[in-house]
Amino acid sequence: MSTTTTTTHYPAMTTAEPIETRTLCVLVDNEPGVLARVIGLFSGRGYNIDSLTVSETEHEKHLSRITIVTRGTAMVLEQIKNQLDRLVPVHRVVDLSSGRPAIARELAMVKVRGTGDHRMEALRLADAFRARVIDATTEHFVFEITGASEKIESFINLMLPVGLVEVSRTGVVAIARGPEGM
Amino acid sequence: MSEMTGAEMVIAALADQGVEYIFGYPGGAVLPIYDALFQQNKVQHVLVRHEQGAVHAAEGYARSTGKVGAVLVTSGPGATNAVTGLTDALCDSVPIVAITGQVPTHLIGNDAFQECDTVGITRPCTKYNYLVKSVADLPHVLHEAFHIAASGRPGPVVVDIPKDIQFAKGAYFKPTEFHHRGYRPKLKGDADKIKRAVEMMAAAKRPVFYTGGGVINSGRRACDLLRELVKLTGFPITSTLMGLGAFPAADPQWLGMLGMHGTWEANWSMHDCDLMIAVGSRFDDRITGRLDAFSPGSKKIHIDIDPSSINKNVKVDLPIVGDCAHVLEDLLRVWRHSGAKPDKKTLEAWWAQIGKWRAKNSLAYHNSNEIIKPQYAIQRLYELTKDRDAYITTEVGQHQMWAAQFYHFQEPTRWMTSGGLGTMGYGLPASVGVQLAHPDSLVIDIAGEASVLMTMQEMSTAVQHDLPIKIFVINNQYMGMVRQWQELLHGGRYSHSYTEALPDFVKLAEAYHAHGIRCEHPGELDDKIREMIEVNKPVIFDCVVDPAENCFPMIPSGRAHNEMLLGDATTRVEDAVTEKGKMLV
Repeated sequence: MSTTTTTTHYPAMTTAEPIETRTLCVLVDNEPGVLARVIGLFSGRGYNIDSLTVSETEHEKHLSRITIVTRGTAMVLEQIKNQLDRLVPVHRVVDLSSGRPAIARELAMVKVRGTGDHRMEALRLADAFRARVIDATTEHFVFEITGASEKIESFINLMLPVGLVEVSRTGVVAIARGPEGM
Repeated sequence: MSEMTGAEMVIAALADQGVEYIFGYPGGAVLPIYDALFQQNKVQHVLVRHEQGAVHAAEGYARSTGKVGAVLVTSGPGATNAVTGLTDALCDSVPIVAITGQVPTHLIGNDAFQECDTVGITRPCTKYNYLVKSVADLPHVLHEAFHIAASGRPGPVVVDIPKDIQFAKGAYFKPTEFHHRGYRPKLKGDADKIKRAVEMMAAAKRPVFYTGGGVINSGRRACDLLRELVKLTGFPITSTLMGLGAFPAADPQWLGMLGMHGTWEANWSMHDCDLMIAVGSRFDDRITGRLDAFSPGSKKIHIDIDPSSINKNVKVDLPIVGDCAHVLEDLLRVWRHSGAKPDKKTLEAWWAQIGKWRAKNSLAYHNSNEIIKPQYAIQRLYELTKDRDAYITTEVGQHQMWAAQFYHFQEPTRWMTSGGLGTMGYGLPASVGVQLAHPDSLVIDIAGEASVLMTMQEMSTAVQHDLPIKIFVINNQYMGMVRQWQELLHGGRYSHSYTEALPDFVKLAEAYHAHGIRCEHPGELDDKIREMIEVNKPVIFDCVVDPAENCFPMIPSGRAHNEMLLGDATTRVEDAVTEKGKMLV
């Protein structure tokens, strides 16, 4: 019979370290395949993506800005930054969770269906959360809400009993506070 | 600026980049480029027998010359066959530009004949890749590909060119500026960090240099600077498999290779040192062994051009991002200026300790008069070729480790082996590329009989191009390293590691119009090696060795540097590895 000891010719996994969440801004050349490179790096090396948004931000220079929310140990997070940084089309990687304070926002569209009291409740909650009605019939609303992810999360949770149908979220975009750019 | 077809631009760019040889295999989607090749004589084409061989040959060429290796293959299977070679080049940081044909642009995505998503498939196994969709982009892309392949941490770059772009006409020019303004490898190390490094080195009591392939990739100058710094400091030095030859193996300050099959003195020095100076090495798992027990008492300086190599596996105290030659030059200058002198007494005590480890003679093995020991075969090969202008390539496995242990390299770029990916079948095609670059040198592939059969067809390439490569097959009839692990870790159950029905290597050589030699007795080894060297054509040397020999020293699974096993400890090995062995056998 075999014992539980297994031997491999690779080193053992390193002992557990605390997991942190970080928001990274990545400035890239907007060229075909650039997003695939970034995503491929994350999947190929086993890194997590909690949220990813991308859009061209400087049209004349063809630069896109990718905002990634990721999780890992301090060592893994350093690796993620360094691995991103060495991709050829990547210009800069900035960790918005370290150093200067940063603002992170998300936009969500929330579709709620219902009549009578449910409708009134939905409107009241939307008002409290400063969500706007962007589409409506007599039996539904679509709300637009922006804010930190936690705020959107709690708004969606509140909408559940009221008649939540579906949600579309942009993922996090973020920018550092203060006058300086990245 | 001149008007020409895309195919002609490829040739023009190759010629402008100083490419002498391109390794390739024609096919439908690269026919226009092959047609352009036919009508010129600046760039010589070397026809291989499999696209994997083309990349390995280009790697051999690149690593033995320091230039970029060039590859030309067709779409679909041509590109997918090249993937192993590209991955190998990525792992070992070898500069390669591979041009792949692609189906015409209007057919891309239509599952056309011999279509594959080449850029998608090669994205994770290249440093960078391109799909060229306009002939106007082609001159830029081709030259940038060479720039990216060769600069910073070198690597393979793929340029995928659809057939219609090869036919299209456009203006050719040699760009001076490149598209990617974000790509700026950092060459100079930070001055304050270099100062700090010198302080740490001057204060060290038990220092060791641990150098890797980055020094060799950086170039001859980096190797010379390393030698100077090692001499000046009087510190001991060990190198990785990829770093052999940067520092001369004959020098008394040399500890031999470190790592899983490294010497006792190299690994103990790594374990017990108080300052580790890593230069162009990456703390690979074959080097560190058990991570939480890796060199527990040392401060670590890490010099590397790739920031992602730093703190990847091992947390270091002082990272210096920069090219080895630049950083070593600055280190030397600051060291000299500071008048730093390590304490002679403490350094002497350290060397005395190292002397004790050396006395263990960890590479010792029991030789035999009846059967050729693989270590002995490589020792004799070394003795009989060391005074010649020799280049060594290897396949992957036991023979590779024995070659690293028993063939001593005094100079860089003389040793071509698949270190990172561990690609069986690397050595034969690599030797083709090395021999082309060095037609008058002695090029030997120290091979295993299992590995070499994976790319044996490249013997035809060698014969066709009159390349007198020597394939020195350490034939133990097993996938030796697999067998060794099965013996030590899997209760001696040799699951599918014995090679039934091996070919007769002498007849195989003859079938390829090459020269075959078989050697079965230690007594005839020297004469037959001499015969191999003297024959001016490709040779397959079937060196029949002890099938049961194991490669020691060895750091067993999950163990630290100070828990190495030695050759005469074979019986203790099984006990040392697991309880499993005991319970099963």
